[in-house]
Amino acid sequence: MGKGTLYRKRLRTVEVFASAAIYGASSLAVFLLLGILCYVFWKGWGILDPVFLTSVTSALKQTVGIGGNMVNTLYIVVLTLLVVMPVGVGAAVYLNEYAGHSKGRFLVEGAIEILAGVPSVVFGLFGMTFFGSVLHMGYSLLNGAMTLSCMVLPLVVQNTQEALRAVPQEYRAGALGVGASRWHMIRTVLLPAARPGIATGMILAVGRIAGESAALLFTAGSGRFLPRLDQGLPGNVWELLGKVKSSGGTIAVELYLQMQNGRYDVAFGAACVLLVLVLAIQVLLGAVGKGAGS
Amino acid sequence: MACKAEVEESFHTVTPVGTVLGSGRGRTADQVAGSVLATCAMVSFLAVAAIVLYMVQKGAPAILEVGWKEILFGRVWDPVGTPPRFGILYIVLTSLVGTCLAVLLGSSVGVLTAVFLAELAREPWAGIVRTAVELLAGIPSVVYGLLGIYLLNPLMYRLERKVFAGSDRHQFTGGANLLCAVLVLAVMILPTVISVTETAIRSVGQELRAASLALGASRMQTIFRQILPAARSGVATGVVLGVGRALGESMAVMLVAGNCVNVPLPFCSVRFLTTAIVSEMGYAQGTHRGVLFAIGLVLFGFITLINGVVLGILKKGASKFG
Repeated sequence: MGKGTLYRKRLRTVEVFASAAIYGASSLAVFLLLGILCYVFWKGWGILDPVFLTSVTSALKQTVGIGGNMVNTLYIVVLTLLVVMPVGVGAAVYLNEYAGHSKGRFLVEGAIEILAGVPSVVFGLFGMTFFGSVLHMGYSLLNGAMTLSCMVLPLVVQNTQEALRAVPQEYRAGALGVGASRWHMIRTVLLPAARPGIATGMILAVGRIAGESAALLFTAGSGRFLPRLDQGLPGNVWELLGKVKSSGGTIAVELYLQMQNGRYDVAFGAACVLLVLVLAIQVLLGAVGKGAGS
Repeated sequence: MACKAEVEESFHTVTPVGTVLGSGRGRTADQVAGSVLATCAMVSFLAVAAIVLYMVQKGAPAILEVGWKEILFGRVWDPVGTPPRFGILYIVLTSLVGTCLAVLLGSSVGVLTAVFLAELAREPWAGIVRTAVELLAGIPSVVYGLLGIYLLNPLMYRLERKVFAGSDRHQFTGGANLLCAVLVLAVMILPTVISVTETAIRSVGQELRAASLALGASRMQTIFRQILPAARSGVATGVVLGVGRALGESMAVMLVAGNCVNVPLPFCSVRFLTTAIVSEMGYAQGTHRGVLFAIGLVLFGFITLINGVVLGILKKGASKFG
């Protein structure tokens, strides 16, 4: 009898430890997140004001700001999406609707898996040599956007593919059955039905682009100037278009450089802006997910 | 699965009928669209090919010049000395040791959290933890780096002073050491491990759970003796993906780890494969630059190996359960 109770007692301690470990580990994630958010906002809140958000760090005007970097981030996000969305969605449609079970599909899907695993530094090296030297883009926003397009391509393709797979076969059969050509069917039936999945891929891509620094350091560089908009309408348009050929650091790159220089106040300010972006993206993802569910 | 494939095939044969019924213009549009889409699909393949090609093209001359043995097994990294030395042994070791430690730490916490999410959590706690994990995944790596250098390094410096109090042989690092980098990396791989493992645990059949509980096993016994072993291929995939994430991370560990080429000991400033590239690419010339590309190739090799392992695990899992 004594042995039985002892056995039971030993078991129970193990169980208690196991559940304590499980609950401890899962609360760790929550505490980490809360700690990070609170700390960054606490440290960075003081420097966040209109001047910081709209101006450029300048010794002459005595201003400290990341306005130029915010504009650069916007440029990189928009340019990258312009390149990657058509290519990514197109690739996903081809893989799902045209390729069947051919060897080509196997090759391309393998390539996308590899692309998804390539470290961002390697993308940076590649962008620097290929887009920078071979295609003569140098350190420019355009180079950064092209490099990041390669980087986020798997996100877009895989999310779109998943969304296309979720479209019921009856939709395809119905559209083809009433005489639509395949392209017409894809355009008018499949893509609208897959819209939430495509949007998810796009939002995830924006998050990845906004937070990326290693791949941008050697492709887009670290310029922090605002475009000069005081040259009349055509001049301004040319200035805005021409900016893609100039070097520009995003908020994440600026954060890194300021951290390297020991300007932690500016770094925490930039981190605040990035975290607000991350939160906004999470909210958007939730909204898209709900839209897809209903 | 085979049935689904058949259905898909049948749609591909149905299509021509559709185009016969449609107008000639529709058919041309169809063909044009098909080739445009095929080009889009080719882009990703070309991107991988171009990446490999350019890395090899830039790295191979340096490897041939210095010799791959000297690069991989040389212990001295002095690229601007006379004569320059390009040994990356310590850098490779740092990446391996750092990644292993971070994954050990991160995946044990991650797997336990996944168990909580999949087996034990009730609303609203599951939702809260899941949102936290998703947000952690979204936080940019530079922010982790900032917190590491601002919060973790001073703490680590205190610990360092305590551990090495009175030692005159230890080179003090101000807290920027391997341990710090491991902690930061462990946090960064958490979301990857958690989400993959949770999916794996959820896909374990309900029968197994019911049978185990019915035989009198407790909740914990069921989880640790039945469910986790049954989900092991998925858990392994999560862990290996975590390895990939940790190995490829650069900006977070760059400043946190101190960035000196050193033996990977807990309290030494160390340099990883990724940070070796980032820290010197800005000014490297000639052979030095080539060797940095060679480091990129080594990194690429490791990542490809990891991809292969994941694929192998998934295939094995599929053949067993599918």
